[in-house]
Amino acid sequence: MPVLSEQIRERIRAEFPKYPDRRAVTLPALHIVHDELRQVSPEAIREISELLEIHPAEIHDTMSFYNFFREPDRPLGKRRVWVCRSISCMLRGGEELLENLSHKWHVGPGQTSSDGSVSLEYAECLGACEGAPCILVDDECHMNVSEEDVERIVGKQ
Amino acid sequence: MPSFEPVLLARIAKPNSAKLETYRADGGYKALEKALGMPPADVTNMVKDSVLRGRGGAGFPAGLKWTFLPKDHPGPIYLCVNADESEPGTFNNRILMELDPHQLIEGIAIACHAIKSEKAFLYLRYEYGRSYRVLDAAIKECYAAGLLGKNILGKEFNLDIVLHRGAAAYICGEETGLIESLEGKRAWPRIKPPFPAIEGLFRKPTIVNNVETLCCVTHILNRGSEWFKSIGVPPDPNNPRDMGSYGPKLYCISGHVNKPGCVELPLGVTARELIDEHAGGVWKGRKAKAVVPGGISMGFLSADELDTPLDFNGPGKAGCLGLGTAAVVVVDDQTSMVDVLYNCCRFMSHESCGQCTPCREGTAWMTKILERIRAGHGKMEDLDTLTEVAGSMGIIPGTTICGLSDGAAWPVKNAIKKFRGDFEEYIASGRRSVTSAQELMAGAH
Repeated sequence: MPVLSEQIRERIRAEFPKYPDRRAVTLPALHIVHDELRQVSPEAIREISELLEIHPAEIHDTMSFYNFFREPDRPLGKRRVWVCRSISCMLRGGEELLENLSHKWHVGPGQTSSDGSVSLEYAECLGACEGAPCILVDDECHMNVSEEDVERIVGKQ
Repeated sequence: MPSFEPVLLARIAKPNSAKLETYRADGGYKALEKALGMPPADVTNMVKDSVLRGRGGAGFPAGLKWTFLPKDHPGPIYLCVNADESEPGTFNNRILMELDPHQLIEGIAIACHAIKSEKAFLYLRYEYGRSYRVLDAAIKECYAAGLLGKNILGKEFNLDIVLHRGAAAYICGEETGLIESLEGKRAWPRIKPPFPAIEGLFRKPTIVNNVETLCCVTHILNRGSEWFKSIGVPPDPNNPRDMGSYGPKLYCISGHVNKPGCVELPLGVTARELIDEHAGGVWKGRKAKAVVPGGISMGFLSADELDTPLDFNGPGKAGCLGLGTAAVVVVDDQTSMVDVLYNCCRFMSHESCGQCTPCREGTAWMTKILERIRAGHGKMEDLDTLTEVAGSMGIIPGTTICGLSDGAAWPVKNAIKKFRGDFEEYIASGRRSVTSAQELMAGAH
C-alpha cells in the first residue's frame, strides 16, 4: 500500500511543467506531503524519488538541510505554532511569550502537545517586526500577540 | 530639495490595493506597455542610467548586473526574484507583496523584457503565507487578463512566473544559495565566479533581483531615470568608486520605539530622523543605546552615531558593514548589549549553512562564549577571543564562500568595540541573564 495517495501524486505531477528539471520539484513535493501527512517518512521519500526520478538520498539530503520537515519520530500536531525569537521580538517579549505558552501547554519548543493539537516551535525572524512579538500559525502570521491572543487564535487553553 | 512623494507605498492604504482592477485604475501596467515598446537594451540602459542599486543588501547596481548576461544567448535566461526576506528586522518586501503585488509583477515583466527572459521564478520564504496567497491570486488575474502568458499586451513577449516556496532557511536569500535551493538541493552558496549571469539557475544565465529593486524598476520606467536621480544622495566627490545612493527607500523601524513600521523616504535619512520623526521616538521615554542600521548583519551604531545618514555609504563610515536592508532596530538604554549580541550570534549560528568551517564553527563558538558570559562564567579575555574569531571569518578575510559570515562577525566586532564597557561591567559583576526561555530552547531542535 503506497504512502502517497493518488491525489497527492497528482498534485506533485502538476508541478512538473513549471520547471525544466524534476529535481526542482523536491521542495514543492516535500511541502505537499508534509502538509498532508504532518511528516515525511522514508517510504514517502522513496515514493517522491520515484516520481521525481532521482535517488531517495538526494531527497533526504535536501530535506534534512531545512530543519523544517518532520520525520516520523516527531510528527507534527494539527497546528504548528511558531514564536519568533529574533531581535525585534526578543526586545518586545517574544521569548517570554514562548516560555509561557510552553508551560501552559506542557510542551517544549520542538515538541507536540500530548493531545496532538499543537506543535510549538521557536522561529527565527518572521519578517513581521513592526508587530513584535509575532507568531506564525501554520503559515498565517499574527502580530502584537499576547498569550491570551495565541490561545484564542489556536483554540487551545 | 523638492517635497518627497512616496511611490512604492503610494497605494498600500487604498481599498483592494492588491487587485488588478484597482492597480490598472491607478495607471498600472502602463510602465510595462512603455517598456514593451522599447528595445530591451534601451530598457536596461534606462535602469542603468538611474543607478538603481539593489535593495536586498549588497547595493549592486541592478542595470549593470543585467548587462553581465552573455550577448545573443540562445536562451533560456531566467529571472529569480529574491523574496526570501529573512534578515532580522526586515519586512518591507512582505508589505510590498501583500499590499501591492501588481507593482512587483509589473517590475518583473519589465525586467524580463530587458533581459530577454520568458520565465521568472519567485522564491518566497515559506513564512510569508499571506504573500503567497496574494501573489498567487494576482498572478492568476494577470494570466486571465493577458498580462502573463503568451503575447503579452499583444506584443511578441511571453512570460511565465512560477511561485516557489522556501522552507525557513535564511541562507536561501544569498543569491546562489537561492539558486541551489530552487534546483532542489541544500542551499549551499556557490563559489563565484561563475556569477549567475553567466551560469546560474539550471546552469543557464540568470539574474537574481530583490522585490523592492524590481518595484523600483516599475517607477523608473514610468517616470524616467532623471526622476529617480532627483531623489537621494549624489556620489561622494571624495570617493571615486561611489555611485551615489539614489531613489526612494523603504526603511523598516522596529524594536524599542513607540511606533514601529515601514516608511518610504529618500535614501540618506539619518537614524535619528527615522526614530524621532517616523517612529514616535524611543519607547518609555528612554534613550537609544544602540541602533542596528540595516539588519543585524550590518552591526550597530552607538548613541553618538545616530546622525549617520542611512545611504549606501553612511553606515560604513561609522564602522558598520553597510546599509544592508535598511532595517533599523532600536535598542534602549536599559538593555544590555551582551543580551542583544547573544541574540544576533544565536541567529547566525542557527542559520549558518555549515558549508565553510570558519562560519559553521565560528558562529557556534561565538554563541557559546556569549552563553558562558551570560551564565555568569565570563572572563575578560573572552572579549578578545570573540574579536579574534570574528576577525577570522568571512569573505573579507577570505575564508568563506558567502557573506553570511561577514554578517555574523560584524555585530560582534561593533559590539565589543563600541560597547566594551557593557561587556566588561557584565563580566566583572558576575551577573547572569540566561532566561528560562533560553534554557528551554537550548534543548530543542
